[in-house]
Amino acid sequence: MPIRTEPVTINLGPQHPSTHGVFRMRITFDGEIILDVEPIFGYLHRGSEKLAEERTYTQVITLTDRLDYVSSMSNNLAYVLAVEKLAGINPPERAMYMRVMVAELQRIVSHLVATGFFLNDLGALATPLMYCFREREKILEMFEMLCGARITLSYMRVGGIFQDTPPEFWPVLSDFLDYMPGYIDEYERLITGNEILLSRTKGTGILSAETAINSSISGPVLRASGVNWDLRKADPYDVYDRMEFDVPLGTVGDNYDRYLMRIAEMRQSLRIIEQCADQIEDGPIKANVPALVRPPIGDAYGHVEAPKGELGFYMVSDGSIAPYRFKIRSPSLLNLSALRDMLVGCKLADMIVTFGSIDINMGEVDR
Amino acid sequence: MTTVLAGDVIARRIEDSIPGAVEESTSRDVWVKPETILEVCRFLKGDSALSFDYLVSISAVDYIEYFEMVYHLLSMPNNHSLVLKAKCWGREDLTVPSITSLWQGADFQEREVYDLMGISFSGHYNMKRIMLWEGFPGHPQRKDYLESPR
Repeated sequence: MPIRTEPVTINLGPQHPSTHGVFRMRITFDGEIILDVEPIFGYLHRGSEKLAEERTYTQVITLTDRLDYVSSMSNNLAYVLAVEKLAGINPPERAMYMRVMVAELQRIVSHLVATGFFLNDLGALATPLMYCFREREKILEMFEMLCGARITLSYMRVGGIFQDTPPEFWPVLSDFLDYMPGYIDEYERLITGNEILLSRTKGTGILSAETAINSSISGPVLRASGVNWDLRKADPYDVYDRMEFDVPLGTVGDNYDRYLMRIAEMRQSLRIIEQCADQIEDGPIKANVPALVRPPIGDAYGHVEAPKGELGFYMVSDGSIAPYRFKIRSPSLLNLSALRDMLVGCKLADMIVTFGSIDINMGEVDR
Repeated sequence: MTTVLAGDVIARRIEDSIPGAVEESTSRDVWVKPETILEVCRFLKGDSALSFDYLVSISAVDYIEYFEMVYHLLSMPNNHSLVLKAKCWGREDLTVPSITSLWQGADFQEREVYDLMGISFSGHYNMKRIMLWEGFPGHPQRKDYLESPR
């Protein structure tokens, strides 16, 4: 007599530890195989876009800190670039170098957090995370020197940065550039060739290049699928056109490639920081911008290659001191568009790994 | 650098292929009739010279008399971009054709526009709220939505 089976629907989250915040998935299983996934979010929705409409252009910078709270610098940068485009402001050279430098430091922080938590999700509880957080701490200390804050930085201003670099920052940075490559080698020694990691991540959660482009995927997830698209190269902003660096590309688009992308990008970020530190010269750090910015009537879209993908701000000005419309193009949200394609057919255990490898941040998904 | 294509030139291309679709154009942007969005996007995606294969973002702006849908499109092979806009007049029962059949990336963004701005999309397979819960009164990103007094 055949045994009667039927699909089972379960809820994962919003309080599951692997969901990095408050993300929920309604998953239909056939035994252990995933048949369907429906992502549900919005638990952290704070209405950032609406809040911005009653704040001045400078005050909105603090809201952008709280989108993807592990990469505030990149968020600040995308926002100030959008406003500068809207108002036609050109920041001075020194400010542009500083902004590129801190954005790359922030990319290392974000990729360290991503790698650490990815391994946490794989079951390597806490140990790799502690290694990654060791170096993250050094960068956060540097941020503290620059602006007094560690996470919600609000370092950038429309037309520049908020204060010049203190002299004691430079030796700390040069020490960091000396020892960081060794630490990345250490992660690679511990993780990259690890047999458990290889068997869990190779060939799981495959995302094809066509699906990735069609689903508006961006950042390391897109590049892991072999699509050569990096806004720092394709549409350079600030001083990226003067920097020499490579864009690492994956071949298969599986979880392992996505992990490798982040390690390789950290090395490229170090190259960029080094070039910035060499090329930067003394000078003003802020353009002559009034305290209350009043961009002319119009709209503009500014974007950067944030650690998680293309972060863009679509701004509309009505000529007043507050944005008329402030729309966030969030990489974390759109990188989830292909979640279903990546998960259907996988097993439950692979689902946790795949989800971890996308590296989302709920502050940015829900906004 | 990504080349921003001139709106006027693209408007002529669209007009050749889909007569009557374009409402106006400037050197930067193209405005099309909202009901033709799907056809226009299919043309922009399929045309071999334009080949807009990547949907960057979908936004909606409330200008009180009308809502403006804003589509940022990008062509990765040619590295050029375009801003496509559509004006939806009125405030009630607004519907725009969904472009999820062309780009899967439109799914969450159209749901968000529906949730926060109250413009619904015909042809979307799962047209429901995304950030807020079912039964939430109103669409909070509209300019006439009043917050509770502070």
